[in-house]
Amino acid sequence: MSAAQYFLRRTFISIIVFFGVSIVIFCLARLIPGDPARIALGPFATKEMVEQLRETLHLNESIFIQYKIFIVNFFQGDLGISTYTKRPVIIDVISYFPATFELVLMAGTLMLLIGIPLGILSGKYKDTFIDHIARIISLLGVVTPSFLWAIILMLLFAYLIPIFPVHERMDETLDPPKIVTGLLLIDSLLEGNFRVFGDAFSHLILPGFALALPAIGNVARLTRTNLSDVYEKQYIEFAKSYSYSEFKIATKYAFKPASIPTVTIIGLDFAFMLGNAFLVEIVFVWPGLAKYGVEVILAKDLNGIVATALIITTFFLIINMFVDFIVLLLNPRIILQD
Amino acid sequence: MNIFKTKYFYKYSRNPLSVIGLVIVTTVILLALFAPYITPFPEHVGPFTDFYNKSKPPSWEYIFGTDKIGRDIFTRVIFGYRISLTLGVVVLSIAVPIGVAMGLCAGYIGRKTELILMRITDIFLAIPALVLALSIIGLLDRPNLFYTMIAVSMAWWPWYTRLVYNITRSIKTEGYIAAAEIMGASKLHIMFREILPNCLPSLLTKITLDLGFVILVGSSLSFLGLGAQPPTPDLGTMVAKGASFLPDTWWFSLFPGFAILIVVLGFNLVGDGLKDMFDVDV
Repeated sequence: MSAAQYFLRRTFISIIVFFGVSIVIFCLARLIPGDPARIALGPFATKEMVEQLRETLHLNESIFIQYKIFIVNFFQGDLGISTYTKRPVIIDVISYFPATFELVLMAGTLMLLIGIPLGILSGKYKDTFIDHIARIISLLGVVTPSFLWAIILMLLFAYLIPIFPVHERMDETLDPPKIVTGLLLIDSLLEGNFRVFGDAFSHLILPGFALALPAIGNVARLTRTNLSDVYEKQYIEFAKSYSYSEFKIATKYAFKPASIPTVTIIGLDFAFMLGNAFLVEIVFVWPGLAKYGVEVILAKDLNGIVATALIITTFFLIINMFVDFIVLLLNPRIILQD
Repeated sequence: MNIFKTKYFYKYSRNPLSVIGLVIVTTVILLALFAPYITPFPEHVGPFTDFYNKSKPPSWEYIFGTDKIGRDIFTRVIFGYRISLTLGVVVLSIAVPIGVAMGLCAGYIGRKTELILMRITDIFLAIPALVLALSIIGLLDRPNLFYTMIAVSMAWWPWYTRLVYNITRSIKTEGYIAAAEIMGASKLHIMFREILPNCLPSLLTKITLDLGFVILVGSSLSFLGLGAQPPTPDLGTMVAKGASFLPDTWWFSLFPGFAILIVVLGFNLVGDGLKDMFDVDV
């Protein structure tokens, strides 16, 4: 099997999983007791109004036809009308998703930029101060609820030592940049507006860390274990006997194979962060998908709930495909194992 | 057999962290069991108000302080443990049997059963757990503790399917399985009497670890207002209600938050200890 075939197969599997997920979420949304039209309109609507809404939502068709209409519309970017905001769901998602995306990207960057060096250092200086710190971070990281990290960071670095701002994505006295990508950091750079960039960046630090801390520990621990496994391999001994510099051995021979298991679980880390973004966003009043998601859940807005779940899952599937591709580049042998 | 003299106990007790974990877990369970007898103000659990003592910072009388209607936070945290532990036990008693049965069938029967069951598992694994649980709660009626349990169970079983499936696959070619087959043992007998006992060490370890993580996810859901509803003393709900009063009355959220941390840490340490003791990977 060639690399291209492997990649195509992976894409194919992802597409099947996507359809599976859409069926699961769709069925959940349709099989629950209660009439969605009645729930949307409230108890005071007349029978005719409910019937009319049932007609527009295609609720009178069989479930297979309903699913077909739903999935065809989904690919045309039509996720239906939110019964909560009374706007097309796609508009809602477009306006809320970039904030969440920016936050998760920030957390992902922190996870790699801090987790990997921490893992390397703790592997190199085993059983020293830095190793213990890394171990404590990774233990506390996974057992602490993200909302508690958010609250602790907020109390420490926004109130006790006021160095970072909290609430929302940027200072409300500043003019927001024109929306191009929806990501404030990129939009402000495109305009050359460095004040907004700096402000948006400092707003991202605390929620980014709150989201990244569990994953940082995870990445550091994996990097440490894998690196020490690789250093016991014969080819490292061989490179040492050639008196290659320690730096060359580390960067050229040790790091690449050691990074493969870490990269493989990055997809899971992202799934974790996408879920936990809900908690962190609530604490930092971040105008992202979480705020929207919780509101539509409390308002019983079926279209909104289905869209939020499906968008997040799609995003997660895309990340996993990227991860598969990077793993393939790092370790072409997996084609043979598959 | 005296359990305290086995090599397992020796192996487990060698790691001080595992012992600390066991102490934490035992303490929390005992506190929760005897909550009405040991907490200073058991009447503060329900819709009690005492505006004279509202928003008091931690003191000797109220060691975690009082909330904004004058209820003792320490009492409510201990009662909150009852909810958390119940949630963990109920969720796993739903999720583990489903996951184990599916994993055994997929791994042992193979072919089409395997294909179908494992694809279904993959689909459920593709939805981030918290998001799946959130959507299920959203689609059900008004949020309450029972729905939270159902939703978390729905998100949790696939991990057990995958674990049991992998173990089953690795041992189904062993000699004793073939021997049982030749003697005419039924598929059910082989799955539940021959294969399942081999999964028990891994299962026990994972269940212990997951008790903590289920409590974590459950408290996250109630933090979002989608779990037990007030005035039930739920830890996540208490953190959420307190978060809007930061930073002035920090004890509203911080103590219930640390209470969650402690119990999850406890189960995690015990789970890690079991992992070393049984020498399994979960």
